[in-house]
Amino acid sequence: MTTSTGEAVQFWVLAIVAVLGALGTVTMRKAVHSALCLAGTMIVLAVFYLAQGAYFLGIVQIVVYTGAVMMLFLFVVMLVGITAADSLKETIRGQRVATVVTGVGFGVLLIAGLANAHLSAFTGLGAANSGGNVEGLAALIFTKYVWAFEITGALLITAAIGAMVLTHRERTERAATQREMAEQRVRSGVQLPPLPAPGVYARHNAVDIPGLLPDGTPSELTVNATLRSRGQVRDLSGEPLTRVRELEDGADDYLDQDRPVRRDTSAANGSSEGAAQ
Amino acid sequence: MNPVYYLYLAALLFTIGAAGVLVRKNAIIVFMCVELMLNACNLAFVTFSRLHGNLDGQIIAFFTMVVAAAEVVVGLAIIVTFFRSRHSASVDDADLMKL
Repeated sequence: MTTSTGEAVQFWVLAIVAVLGALGTVTMRKAVHSALCLAGTMIVLAVFYLAQGAYFLGIVQIVVYTGAVMMLFLFVVMLVGITAADSLKETIRGQRVATVVTGVGFGVLLIAGLANAHLSAFTGLGAANSGGNVEGLAALIFTKYVWAFEITGALLITAAIGAMVLTHRERTERAATQREMAEQRVRSGVQLPPLPAPGVYARHNAVDIPGLLPDGTPSELTVNATLRSRGQVRDLSGEPLTRVRELEDGADDYLDQDRPVRRDTSAANGSSEGAAQ
Repeated sequence: MNPVYYLYLAALLFTIGAAGVLVRKNAIIVFMCVELMLNACNLAFVTFSRLHGNLDGQIIAFFTMVVAAAEVVVGLAIIVTFFRSRHSASVDDADLMKL
């Protein structure tokens, strides 16, 4: 007895995806990429469950694993920091080679053991699923496995309480009142009023153009800290001066010439203006 | 195709997950590899359920999922607590009991 050709094709296509996802989980440097690879593998496994007649488990796999567990993983990754890449330095020398050797040995042993078991015939779930997969599982859970079911309920409650106890932080000192925080701010000497807006007394009011101080120098405070750290502050305060200088040079040329060429100077002005914009 | 290929795939995924637990240092990724191993076991249980033609294997896989969910909750809480005190999620930094 064998499975259908469709299932075989589906298996060979999706098994490759599952193995690639698993390898990605192990080899990706960033935790987010690992989590996404693992989610892909879990979805493929859900399809395998559905294909094998475990309809309830297939849906539960998607809902619980890819839905809840992986979201919890991504949540913790966000909490811990997405950008924190894993260091690739080996702590124990030769550990990686030893791991690969051990892994290959273990895998070969496992697969050889399975191949040695001669599992050529299989029963299939046709008879067991005749009354419905969910009904069959329910009948088993609430009769034969009811004690284990109760115990898992206790385990889940314990886990929930354990997570709350572990992540709870007791406040060891009184929370600062608003007045105390205001006094603290005044004492520490930081800028109390809101920061000045960009473009104040400048020739543009774009956010990346610093405002000018009364002496004509640009003020870095007026530009967003993100733009400042990226080096995207556009400083136009120097440009008017160069334009004035260009105009003065043009005036010298104009005075030196016998006959004024009105058209050329206006064109030069226009081009320099265009460059300034 | 014989369903035993599902068992081969499960063995392969379990091996990859175990190697990941040994190699990786980020505690979150180590945890993900543990989840991968649990999932591989689940696939084996479901396949055995089909091979034998009864639903007990699926029940065991279901209980594995419940236990895995509880394990993830507590494990991630431990990682978050550890990160708060050490500002790191690397398993190498948990060395207070090292001589």
